[in-house]
Amino acid sequence: MTATLEVDPTTDIDPQILLGIYTIAAKIKMYDDTYISMLQTGKATGMYYSPRGQEIIPSAIAQVLTKEDYVLTIYRGIHDQIAKGVPLRELTAEFFGRVGGTCKGKGGPMHVTHPESGLIVTTGVVGSGLPIANGVALSAQMRGTDQVTVVNFGDGATNIGAFHEAMNLASVWNLPVVFVCQNNQYAEYTAFAQGTSAAQITDRAIGYSMRAFHVNGNNPVEMYEAARQAVDAARTGGGPTLIEADTYRFRGHTPQDPMEYMPKEERAAAEAADPVPALRRRLLEEGIATEEQLKDIEDAHRAEIDDAFAFAEASPQPDLSELHTDLV
Amino acid sequence: MTTQAQAPESTDDTPQERILSMVQAINEALDVGMTIDETVFELGEDIQDPAGGGFKIHKGLSTKFGLERVRPTPISEQAIMGAAVGAAIAGMRPVAEIMLMNFLAVASDQLINHAAKLRYMSGGQTKVPLVVRTTTGAGGGFGAQHSDMLEAQLTHTPGLKVVVPSTPADAKGLLLSSIFDDDPVVFVEMFMLYFTQKGHVPPGDYRVPLGKLRTAREGSDVTLVSWGRQVHDCIGVAEKLAGDGINAEVIDLRTLVPLDREGLLNAVAGTKRAVIVHEAVRRGGYGAELAATISEELFGELAGPVRRVGGAETPVPYARNLEAEYLPHAGRIEQAVRSLF
Repeated sequence: MTATLEVDPTTDIDPQILLGIYTIAAKIKMYDDTYISMLQTGKATGMYYSPRGQEIIPSAIAQVLTKEDYVLTIYRGIHDQIAKGVPLRELTAEFFGRVGGTCKGKGGPMHVTHPESGLIVTTGVVGSGLPIANGVALSAQMRGTDQVTVVNFGDGATNIGAFHEAMNLASVWNLPVVFVCQNNQYAEYTAFAQGTSAAQITDRAIGYSMRAFHVNGNNPVEMYEAARQAVDAARTGGGPTLIEADTYRFRGHTPQDPMEYMPKEERAAAEAADPVPALRRRLLEEGIATEEQLKDIEDAHRAEIDDAFAFAEASPQPDLSELHTDLV
Repeated sequence: MTTQAQAPESTDDTPQERILSMVQAINEALDVGMTIDETVFELGEDIQDPAGGGFKIHKGLSTKFGLERVRPTPISEQAIMGAAVGAAIAGMRPVAEIMLMNFLAVASDQLINHAAKLRYMSGGQTKVPLVVRTTTGAGGGFGAQHSDMLEAQLTHTPGLKVVVPSTPADAKGLLLSSIFDDDPVVFVEMFMLYFTQKGHVPPGDYRVPLGKLRTAREGSDVTLVSWGRQVHDCIGVAEKLAGDGINAEVIDLRTLVPLDREGLLNAVAGTKRAVIVHEAVRRGGYGAELAATISEELFGELAGPVRRVGGAETPVPYARNLEAEYLPHAGRIEQAVRSLF
């Protein structure tokens, strides 16, 4: 099993799945837009890594995962967290460092954990989630459950040793894990080709005898189909898969990043092809949903997001006694 | 001493003495742990039979429990440690072997940034019940990259427990406690003790609690504070000094985190003098933390300054004479004790 497989973007897809992908992607986009505007007006502070532009990837993966499946992500992971079902109230409060957060405010945006949703780890260290994902998947394998583990990371992560060690071990142990490289073309301030020797990340899977899909991560059909096949394989003893999902980061590495390293034409083209409104148009054009239905979905998101920010704002900082708890 | 134990998996409860080496005791702890709890499993390099590991720690275990639970890994320390972390947070009790303590450096992102911090960062939601077993020590002629005692790097990292046994019974009892502890434990074995230390080891599910020191030798004039191999060096020096009328107490900390602070302070308060002996480089070593603790708490009661004896401030050299001089050998320990009288 060594080939890099293609996914046909014209594959038939259940319209309700497309609507499901849009429902989550719209929530992520709206949440991110809200967060950015609050940062700009000083109503939110702290670290924030926008996933804007990458919404389709976890929204499509979510269509094939159960609540019991595991997801790991990285500091730029709020789209993955929302897609896995981490409640917006606790998620936002954690970003604000408040006691009502997923981790009582002790983890912060780069270390969100919400085991109840299956969002088992968020790592702040590039590439470090892959070896841990192997262990999570190994646990499911040894306990005899059919839980699948999905680990998300960027293209930059594929250049650290942990990526290679983890790919090798997952293959040797045939682990039920899906490695999802969200290739947004930039590792912080460094362009893909400047830091990565491979023409595409999936080329590296060949060296580990691992099934690999290289897809347009902004295309919901391709992304869904790759996720479906990878998760099915993992769930039925077919072992690991690497998915390279091409996408683009619309905002800087951090909100303060002036994005000088991104060619203007490249950004403009990516923004013109913004996948979330594109999917919305498609739903309307194909008659999968009416404007009223989409509006209802978006209104519900608006209310949930506003409620989450109000909850986070009202939640107090943790008691100082928390400094010394949860420790050996 | 009436019988030599043959089968490490023996769990008989006959009252006869069972004399095991450190290697046999550790093997027995792993055997018992995997027998009583199916979430316990091992992973590490070369741990499978027939060799059962470079030091034969795992001899017989993969034959008994299968390669699913005694899992040989590639030489990939980051992958080993990461798999242990992931398995631990998702419901298992992994016992990972990092073949030599120096290789913890290779795996340190997973150990320091993840294993140690996940419980705290998750606000207490995530337990990380893993054990990292590793071995090390100067004196074996392995040179600078296979001999370091790096416990100070671990004790400096909040979130890790650190255990260093000195006897076969403690090795078994502390390892079983570590396996069933809900926090990450780094279990440091000193290979110079693997075959030289033999002693009675209780059968079955025998546990020694973490965080309780052991008085290895009673004494009233000075307290020698140590762990691991150096406990035995201290006992040797104490026996020699006894002939000169200095009655030295030797305490074996057994676990550095959690530290038996009360036991340590009580011991030193009783003798008014303390000499801390460890194999690691003295500069920035855990002995400095202990010396500061004793000085802060007992300053007015001490009959002299707290002394420290540690390894030389160098990498571990290869040449036999240099390596012997590197170690906190008996001559240096004795000199430190005598300087207090």
